[in-house]
Amino acid sequence: MKNIAPKLQADQYERNFSDLHPPFTQNAATTEAFRCLYCYDSPCMKACPTHIDISTFIKKISTGNLLGSAKTIYQSNWVPLTCAKACPVDVLCEGACVYNTKGEDPIQIGRLQRFVIENYFEKGMPTLFEQLPKNGKSVGIVGSGPAGLACGAELALLGYAVNIYEANKIPGGLNTWGIAPYKMRREDSLKEVELVKSFGVDIKTEVMIGKTVKVDDLLKQHDAVFLGVGLGESPQLSIKGEELSGVVGALDFIEKVKTENWTNVNVGKRVAVIGAGNTSIDAATEAKRLGAEQVYIIYRRSDVEMSAYEFEYQLAKKDGIVFHFLTSPKQIIGKDSVEGIECVKMKLAEPDIRGRRKPIPIPGSEFTIHVDMVIKAIGQETKSNFLSSIPNVTLDEEGCVIVDQTSYQTTNAKIFAGGDCINGGKEVVNAAYDGKKAAQGIHAFLSDQSKGEK
Amino acid sequence: MVDLSVNCAGIKSSNPFWLASAPPSNSAYQNCKAFEKGWGGTVWKTIGEPVMNVFNRYGGLDYNGQKIFGLNNIELISDRPIETNFREIAETKKLWPDRAVVVSLMVESKRETWHEIVKRTIDTGCDGIELNYGCPHGMSERGMGAAVGQVPEYCKMITEWVTEISTIPVLVKLTPNVSNIQLPARAAKAAGADGITLINTINSIIGVNLDPFELKPNVGGKGGHGGYAGPAVKPIALHLLSQVAIDPEVNLPISGIGGVSNWRDALEFILLGASNVQVCTAVMHHGFRIVEDMIDGMTNWMNEKGITSLDQIRGKSLPRIDNFGNFDLLNKTIARIDQQKCIHCNLCYVACEDTAHQCIDLTEENGHSKTEVREKDCVGCALCSLVCPVDNCISMVRIDDGSTSKTWNQLNEEFRKSGKPMTWEELAKFQHKHGIEIH
Repeated sequence: MKNIAPKLQADQYERNFSDLHPPFTQNAATTEAFRCLYCYDSPCMKACPTHIDISTFIKKISTGNLLGSAKTIYQSNWVPLTCAKACPVDVLCEGACVYNTKGEDPIQIGRLQRFVIENYFEKGMPTLFEQLPKNGKSVGIVGSGPAGLACGAELALLGYAVNIYEANKIPGGLNTWGIAPYKMRREDSLKEVELVKSFGVDIKTEVMIGKTVKVDDLLKQHDAVFLGVGLGESPQLSIKGEELSGVVGALDFIEKVKTENWTNVNVGKRVAVIGAGNTSIDAATEAKRLGAEQVYIIYRRSDVEMSAYEFEYQLAKKDGIVFHFLTSPKQIIGKDSVEGIECVKMKLAEPDIRGRRKPIPIPGSEFTIHVDMVIKAIGQETKSNFLSSIPNVTLDEEGCVIVDQTSYQTTNAKIFAGGDCINGGKEVVNAAYDGKKAAQGIHAFLSDQSKGEK
Repeated sequence: MVDLSVNCAGIKSSNPFWLASAPPSNSAYQNCKAFEKGWGGTVWKTIGEPVMNVFNRYGGLDYNGQKIFGLNNIELISDRPIETNFREIAETKKLWPDRAVVVSLMVESKRETWHEIVKRTIDTGCDGIELNYGCPHGMSERGMGAAVGQVPEYCKMITEWVTEISTIPVLVKLTPNVSNIQLPARAAKAAGADGITLINTINSIIGVNLDPFELKPNVGGKGGHGGYAGPAVKPIALHLLSQVAIDPEVNLPISGIGGVSNWRDALEFILLGASNVQVCTAVMHHGFRIVEDMIDGMTNWMNEKGITSLDQIRGKSLPRIDNFGNFDLLNKTIARIDQQKCIHCNLCYVACEDTAHQCIDLTEENGHSKTEVREKDCVGCALCSLVCPVDNCISMVRIDDGSTSKTWNQLNEEFRKSGKPMTWEELAKFQHKHGIEIH
């Protein structure tokens, strides 16, 4: 990289990456809990993809029954700390809170959940659930992200021997290295990993299924297998200059921010982020908070079409990120390192049959933005190479694993799947739900099988 | 022009808000400060026999995160020397001639002792005397306070010792810890009292600490009953006030106390016959400054209603107090839910379904729940409208045309005249005739 942004003082990094939503004090949590109306069959519970019985866990905070509150949460969700901190609550539970309709601020459900779960970890994770005796069956789980952890926790309690295989050095998947530090620190994700391990789940890191362990061996070793492998690399922009020094993938960049000392993470003085999804916002705000002077987000459609949530957009604007909507990168300019990015202005065509408005370049509208770093954040590709190597597992045209909607069973009866690898990239909370449901699917499948054997 | 001034048993004040005889009216410093803030009067904290307090003396009842929904205390009467109190009362009255200064008294049950303290009190130049027959703790065990208020004969005897020599109005403060409040009130009347003050605090244990199993308040590991006050006791006070106010054998001015926290509460007391109100817990929670809104709010309300004097509304709700037997059984109301205002919390549904008459249907519509009253099954109990968190979302609507009415007493009378016994079957016929189905 040509112009690296000057490094900051350690305390400045800490300030820049401090909690976006600081924790509740006991008193504030109780006060907020009392404000909850304790709705019956509440809309927040329905809006939560894992259907946590929210009004019940909040009621329990108000009576001082924090352990019972944690149990209510864990009954539905095995990674509630991550969800409390990383969920887009505005569009899920808090967005559904009846107070919105009443014209008042919704209950701060995310912060209350965080309060309960942090208290649970502070208390040393007291036992909440009885574990069934070992049933002699074993399940192999590929990937230790939220889907894998949820699936593993659920199965371990049901009496299965569970082995999770993780390619990375540290477990937790995107929970550990994919969430902006001002939302959540790595340690929080690892606490949730520890809880799952406490049920006897074995997690082997730096094991690459298909390389370190052959798929066939995996299938032989276990009675059933769950795939929670998530997604892969960012796709290529396929423009000139993509190979220059200073061009990075958003996920690699975000992972670096989560795993390395912040002083060791280089950012350019001026940074362009390509794409306007939630990952783009994370990458842009993190670059800014690491000391970049100017950060641009370049998106070929308009703010109406971008997939970033409204609150993420507001956060980016607050951080001083400059948005170039209706702008498409044409080529990255530079000798060895990035020096600039040539863009072209776009306009939107009339909506097609699917309602999508195709962006069309406006001839002659080319312009160049001088930047030192380009972060590619235009989504993630599926791990279709790996997935298609698994016998009898079928993928859809997007490369996602096809599963039964209820049991999460793939077209290979012994293999189940959940999380980003079946939906192409959703929230942590969706993966947590998939993992739990798949565990129930696996349990039903293996129980049926046992009956058949008898 | 609104005039807030009141006259309670000959004791006049510029507004109806007095400090009750309690910790806030303990000293000249406090009473003068209260007057500066605008209080119309004070009842000086009870003076009398030598006492000594324990240190920890209050217990609070919090509710849903709100502090001091109720407050109990085991504080005794004034623990300052009586000479200091007499001196400060005289000084205060001199400084504030236009405010009501009433002095609360409690001494042992001896005629001479009462004569002595009444004379000394009148000498201070104060406007009236209040006899503390209500204190439920500490003093009652020594034969004073509630020990007097609970026995109408004692109440009459001691009140007579006071009224026979007093040259200023005498109010008798009653304890609510009796089964019939009218009896001590009548005793006070018979003894020549000029007015009644009610209620004093209610016997209570405010709570038990779950950790070391101690009582609240905890005095070195021990606890016991105290006097309960604050917003939580207001409904009890309103009831006892109304009982005394409608008793033709009493017919005395009443100074109302019990959970008065704001001008709205005060108006409720006045509508049930109080001449003025006395306040303690709300002041102990927020300080003397609350009187500003009390005066301001009441003035604005009166202006809006075109009322110029509290005399115009005093006791206006009393004629409505009646026995259940005189209530109209055919005054039919049912609940209606305003679907525009509904926020879909479903609290009305679960309340009706689990605890009332199962007449609200819960369905789905446009992606959210819909609650609807099955009107033919609704008994009009109003529970749903009480649990609804949205103002005016569930309203109780009258559906009969008012052409027929029947009270339980009338119905009984009809059965009596016809010679038929009142049976479940006969009652069902009556209900059916008027379109009422109980299931």
